[in-house]
Amino acid sequence: MGAVFAIVLVMVGVSAALALYRLLRGPTTLDRIVALDVVVVLTVVAAGVYVAYYRDGSNIPLLAAVALVGFVGSTAAARLAVRRERHR
Amino acid sequence: MNPVAAGPVADIVSAVLMLVGALSCLLGAIGLVRLPDLPARLQAATKPQTLGLVLILLGTALRVELASAVTLVLVVLFQVITAPVLSQLVGRAAYRSGAMPDDALVVDELAGHLPADTSVGGDPPSDRD
Repeated sequence: MGAVFAIVLVMVGVSAALALYRLLRGPTTLDRIVALDVVVVLTVVAAGVYVAYYRDGSNIPLLAAVALVGFVGSTAAARLAVRRERHR
Repeated sequence: MNPVAAGPVADIVSAVLMLVGALSCLLGAIGLVRLPDLPARLQAATKPQTLGLVLILLGTALRVELASAVTLVLVVLFQVITAPVLSQLVGRAAYRSGAMPDDALVVDELAGHLPADTSVGGDPPSDRD
């Protein structure tokens, strides 16, 4: 079972690295917002893997909180930050 | 501690769910890097990621006690509700700020309903949104 968790964590880590690459490359602010939201979801996934490995339910409210805050942040950015930027 | 499901079968089911979920997350992230434009990346960023989250948290829910599993259902429900909202907001902002490439749209039913100046630049109205 430990090998399964290692494989899952490596896959999630590679996914997060790819999302961070898109976050750095852009090219528009909206691409970065999308990439950042993916990073937040992958954080929730990684914390879920932690919970499963240690069978410790005390961290589950953390998952809900991170998902909530990530959604509010991405939405505010998509709604407000982009308004200053014109692409053509 | 009483997990939702115990025994070797539950362990195998949980492991398979988590592996498939992680694969889905990985495919979504590869799509996020490889796909050519914003609307295509938006697909990769929402659907496979949400599926991956649901599968992994399902695998997690099998290994914790029932009260925790119920909270995990809440997290999944929240993600399923908010991913389309963010996707719609980003698509809307992309369309209105001109980040959406012209050849990415097969049908553009919104074009006739927006003020003309939003697509050609110039001074935008101050309360545009």
